[in-house]
Amino acid sequence: MTQDSGSLKQRRRYEERIAWLFITPVVLGILIFQIYPTIFSLYASFTTWNLITPPRWVGLENYVSLFTTDRFFIKSMWNTIRYTLGVVLPSMAISLFFASLLNQNIRFKHGYRAIYFVPVVAPTVALALLWGWLYEPNFGIINATLATVGIKGPSWLGTTTWALRSVIIMAIWAGIGFQIVIFLAGLQGISQEYYEAAAIDGANAWQKFAKITMPLLSPVTFFVLVTGVIGTFQDFSLVWVLTRGGPAGATQLIVMYLYGLAFQLQKMGRASAVAYAVFVVVVGLTIMNFILSKRWVFYEESN
Amino acid sequence: MISERPIEIVQEERTRSAGSGGLVSRIATHAILLAMAVLMIFPLVWLVSTSLKSPGKQMIWPPQFIPNPVYFKNYSDLFVLAPMGNYLVNSFKIAVLSVFGVCFSSSLAAFAFARMHFRGREILFGGLLATMMLPGAVTIIPTFIIMKNLGWLNTHYPLIVPSFFGGAYFVFLLRQSFRAIPQDLFDSATIDGAGFFQIYWKIFIPLGMPALVTVALFAFLGSWNDLFGPLIYLSSQEKMTVALGLTYLRGRAGTGVGQVGVIMAGSMLGVIPMLILYGFGQKYFIQGLARTGLKG
Repeated sequence: MTQDSGSLKQRRRYEERIAWLFITPVVLGILIFQIYPTIFSLYASFTTWNLITPPRWVGLENYVSLFTTDRFFIKSMWNTIRYTLGVVLPSMAISLFFASLLNQNIRFKHGYRAIYFVPVVAPTVALALLWGWLYEPNFGIINATLATVGIKGPSWLGTTTWALRSVIIMAIWAGIGFQIVIFLAGLQGISQEYYEAAAIDGANAWQKFAKITMPLLSPVTFFVLVTGVIGTFQDFSLVWVLTRGGPAGATQLIVMYLYGLAFQLQKMGRASAVAYAVFVVVVGLTIMNFILSKRWVFYEESN
Repeated sequence: MISERPIEIVQEERTRSAGSGGLVSRIATHAILLAMAVLMIFPLVWLVSTSLKSPGKQMIWPPQFIPNPVYFKNYSDLFVLAPMGNYLVNSFKIAVLSVFGVCFSSSLAAFAFARMHFRGREILFGGLLATMMLPGAVTIIPTFIIMKNLGWLNTHYPLIVPSFFGGAYFVFLLRQSFRAIPQDLFDSATIDGAGFFQIYWKIFIPLGMPALVTVALFAFLGSWNDLFGPLIYLSSQEKMTVALGLTYLRGRAGTGVGQVGVIMAGSMLGVIPMLILYGFGQKYFIQGLARTGLKG
């Protein structure tokens, strides 16, 4: 007996040691590449630091200047908010619509889904170069097509009125397949029984959508919204390749601004303050979403 | 779920409703879906087409979808204008090593989190998931400093080594799939005297293969398509990846519209490997995503 429990205890201890061995790389990775940088950034945001001389403590100066003297910060933040809303909300509406269409007993549904997903796997840089060509004001296919019906298309990426809208359109195109796949999976997870019961009660298509699909799909909608906002808020590649933030800063997004400060101007302290502003917004939005979700997200009792 | 029974009825119901919905609504549905498919795929068709047109031919109207003549010289010009061969080799090297590192470290940790008992397991796993919320913006500068202090600027290490520490999202994905593997298999292997690593390697890796393939594909995609990492770490041409190199190609090809063929050819070389991978692994990409969407 005692020997057994002794060996059991030994085995437990052995298991514990092996388990720690197995998770060590991941735990170290989190410490080195997530926790430490997050803390260090906070410190760096209170310093002025050009990478050549050691960081010098300046207190809140970086934050104060972001909101007072730094016109580009406010502009980039505002652009990023407009970009994020402009991409995420239409994407969700469009992809929910197409996911609903695909969630029927129709032919080629897998084929359609596969096609919509193609831009998701292709490199953003290549797609952005391609769209730069589509948007080309004189010879690009978009304006050439518009010209045949007598419309003189604008210089899409070259004017402050159109540039942000143009990158938003491209970003929607590039990301929509991802959301369609997730919405479709969510729709397929809703048991048909609800619809049958509703049909017996004489519900029409809209009533079924509003009273069954929407509430049961709300966890998925919530997931798409949160991941969409967090991801889009930090977009960089697509817009950087298309416009480099121009014209006149009209498409300058916050991560592009951070990149310029940190890696072109070597203003590490100021850039860290921008990073923390992003941090506050992203984490704040996530937490806010979680709190709000308690009201409108309906979690089915699961087994 | 209790949907075992009505499956047949449901199918009957579905076909009937599709039938009663009528031919018109079915045609309308297909028309909308097809229009969307064209919208999604047309830019890529135009990419292929433009990459095969001789300078000047890109601008003619009405547009030629199938170039006449088919002009392959854009692709050879590409290798003259930029070290495209280097870009491709570098991207492959970095992506393959990253995939290897991510898969190994993440699956080991996922196995421990799914099936082994140790103190603090739940707290650690929760903490791991919480780090997914951290925006990359906030970690990038200190990470850059770490790499700089290691003397790794303008090397491939900063793009490869972090992968060997796994990824929270991938651990999550693999843990889900490992938990679906019956406990009996684990127990009987233990009785047969198999060690933890053996159980992981001989049972969980083979049975968790679909999830592992999904992880590998997404890791490859992430590495191949990444621009920000190469942009801040790599400075010399021969070390660059395809994604970064392409952004330079535009500058090198010149601003003339006539050069667009070469730029599109370069973009094609970035897109083709991913399309091939997608062709083979489509199921894993889509199912892998669908699974996270549902559990999210």
